[in-house]
Amino acid sequence: MADSSAPKPSSSVKLVLLGEAAVGKSSLVLRFVNNDFQENKEPTIGAAFLTQKCNLPTRTIKFEIWDTAGQERFASLAPMYYRNAQAALVVYDLTKPTSLIKAKHWVAELQRQASPGIVIALVGNKLDLTNDSAGADGEGAGGGDGEDARKVTTEEAKTYAEEEGLLFFETSAKTGYNVTEVFTAIANAIPETSLKTARGPGASAAAARTEEQRVNLNGPRDPNAKEGCAC
Amino acid sequence: MAQETEDLTSSLSPSPSPPPPPLPPRRKVSGEAPLQVGGQLQSKPTTAVSSIDISTLSFPDGTRGTFPTPSVGSGPSPLNSGYGTPSRDSSGDNLTDSMSVMSFAPTVRAPGDLASLVAGEFNRKSRAWNLLRSQSETVQPFEAIEYGDSGELSGFEKEFDNIPENLTDDVRLSMWQSKMKHYLILSSAGKPIWSRHGDLSLINSSMGVIQTIISFYEGAKDPLMGFTAGKARFVVLTAGPLYFVAISKLGESDAQLRGQLEALYMQILSTLTLPTLKNIFVHRPSTDLRKPLEGTETLLSSLADSFTKGSPTALLGALECLKLRKSQRHAINNIFLKNRTDQLLYGLIVAGGKLVSVIRPRKHSLHPSDLQLIFNMLFESGSVKSGGGESWIPICLPAFNNSGYLYMYVSFFDDDDPPSTSKPTTTTNNSNNNTTPTIPEEGTPPPPPPPPPPSSQPDPESQEIALILISPSREAFYPFSTLRHTLLASLTKSAHLPLIRSSLSPSHSRPSIPSILPPSHAQAISHFIYKSRPNVQFLMSSLHPSFTSPLARRKLFSQYQTLHAAAHAKHAHLKVIYSVGEDCASLGWVTPLFELYCVAGPNVSRQAMTEAANRVVKWVGREEGRVFIIGGGVF
Repeated sequence: MADSSAPKPSSSVKLVLLGEAAVGKSSLVLRFVNNDFQENKEPTIGAAFLTQKCNLPTRTIKFEIWDTAGQERFASLAPMYYRNAQAALVVYDLTKPTSLIKAKHWVAELQRQASPGIVIALVGNKLDLTNDSAGADGEGAGGGDGEDARKVTTEEAKTYAEEEGLLFFETSAKTGYNVTEVFTAIANAIPETSLKTARGPGASAAAARTEEQRVNLNGPRDPNAKEGCAC
Repeated sequence: MAQETEDLTSSLSPSPSPPPPPLPPRRKVSGEAPLQVGGQLQSKPTTAVSSIDISTLSFPDGTRGTFPTPSVGSGPSPLNSGYGTPSRDSSGDNLTDSMSVMSFAPTVRAPGDLASLVAGEFNRKSRAWNLLRSQSETVQPFEAIEYGDSGELSGFEKEFDNIPENLTDDVRLSMWQSKMKHYLILSSAGKPIWSRHGDLSLINSSMGVIQTIISFYEGAKDPLMGFTAGKARFVVLTAGPLYFVAISKLGESDAQLRGQLEALYMQILSTLTLPTLKNIFVHRPSTDLRKPLEGTETLLSSLADSFTKGSPTALLGALECLKLRKSQRHAINNIFLKNRTDQLLYGLIVAGGKLVSVIRPRKHSLHPSDLQLIFNMLFESGSVKSGGGESWIPICLPAFNNSGYLYMYVSFFDDDDPPSTSKPTTTTNNSNNNTTPTIPEEGTPPPPPPPPPPSSQPDPESQEIALILISPSREAFYPFSTLRHTLLASLTKSAHLPLIRSSLSPSHSRPSIPSILPPSHAQAISHFIYKSRPNVQFLMSSLHPSFTSPLARRKLFSQYQTLHAAAHAKHAHLKVIYSVGEDCASLGWVTPLFELYCVAGPNVSRQAMTEAANRVVKWVGREEGRVFIIGGGVF
């Protein structure tokens, strides 16, 4: 469809991060967007909006990321962020079983309320605190004390994810292990059809394509915003 | 119990009213008194100490060990404690008796101002003093610090250190007690909510004691406002279902401490709103408020720390502006006004905690206490800044309306913002300009984590420029994000953004004394704060070079707090207050238009200081259009 000389088709994907407070949502985003990590990061207030491009072999996905605060009092605002989202990252802390319960609640809410085709990834973060993080480079400091802080087994979470049809990853925002993989997998899992709308009209005229694409980048958003203001 | 030093401001009236009726514990103590009084008994004070020490344990007043060796010859002097109440060691043998008399002395009076004013007059009469002074005018205020003598503030450097968790409780408790400033918040049911120092498990018993004392007086329909224990002043604020307690050894007045507690209360309201807070406790008085407030502890702590470091905003209830030419500010306001969207309630550009531009509807103004909360969130605590990107924050501005949320858009203009963002993609985030697309090939090991940032402590002379857009509509994010990009483009094109950035440089952002005063007067003032009362804004001279260390800054602001308290005490009709102390001289001048507070070296004469102060006032008068925002952009 796209010849090699033309720029790869690009489309934007609205992605929302949900999960209990202090599981590492902002740290995952910080790792993905800036390839950075902060110890003792202060809690997010409200929500933060960031963007990052993700290059796939055939197309470029521009993630528009809503990093939400995990505290209970912000829960009522969540629909504002997952409305019209094409993807969601539901994060739990694999050293804290209650955070998986909370994650399951979020998954249920998303399946009930969010757009029907939403791609959901279940992410167990803080792998650096466990013993089986051998895959992560720079390991040894966190889990090296012989203390395995893991409280949620891979099997338990994986089984649940398979039942619900979710993508599943265990990550460490601290070491960076598996972080970009999560986003790549999401980018790959977004159905072509939901991206088609973003670049459909431009396909006919090659000259107008890039122009169209630019306009289209705003396309899905601006109507939403107006819609929102009207309510 | 600690009744022997309690001091009810409600009984401050001059009439020698008897103490409040319910004081059984004290009778008990005075019943034992004969056993403790008397010379030979001073050497075996074990019983006395233990009965007193019960309260010492709860109230860290640093008086441990003072009982066995009663101080000789130091009569109860108002200068000692700074509150007109005796410190425990000065009360000598007659512990209980003298306390019961003295505990009704006024406490709101400024420590020692009158005495030192008199002392100053004495000094002036002495020829020898005049001779000496002519050689020592150059002595800087608080010079003792340089010789390693921090006086009563010794240990202040460690004030903001965390109490490590891996020590024994005894060690941690004594570290906790050594802090000079504490803030505690608890519910009226006695549930701890927040404390600046120490985890709640460590200080749970202290919380319990405080709750008991407060509710004891609540029960007697005679609410406890404050009391003194040793060198620590306790001030209590009851706000609905919450108790706020400040414990200070820094010599602040009750009114100032109460103002700080109110700011903490406002921070809680700004998180929850008043109706929510009330609802929570109406339904379940024993609710643990820590859960609903989760995540805002850092905001409370950074607010509290700014008070402890010395906050002119909190002291004066005013804001600081970035100095800009009138025409430049006008142009920035106009760019802002031209691009505003319908949903905008308030728009602000803030650089390093200083206001650059404000636009607001004609019928609404912004309250400094609300802005203080916003600035604290953005510039003092890292919550918003560290995340990067654009933030969308529900916030209640209690002075504007304490019953509902507004929505606040925040974005920082980074240095690496592109010079022009003419691209139609309106939500490109600046943070991805310096990162390449990040999908590595399969199997590529992720790069090692970068070293953690040296400290989460924000730079005091922060140079970030933030755009703040506030709307009553929760859906205004995308229009505001667009507005940000058009604004950024216009401000960059008109070269105003580089201008703001250059005005922010440490050498420009606050005027230095030599740049204001001619050399002949520059010695006569070391630092000043000027508050413009009609504009509710303040201006202060650069803290560089003499007041950059936390200790020197704290001493400076203690001086300002003393002046301010004296000038604003109830029934004080002071216009000018001049005070000379051991390590500095200070001058306060209050008129309907402005308040000026200055500090100089201890040997500067009153005349020289007054002349310099006059020149400062004249200078501010000339520069008023630049150093203050007058009116701002109104739509």
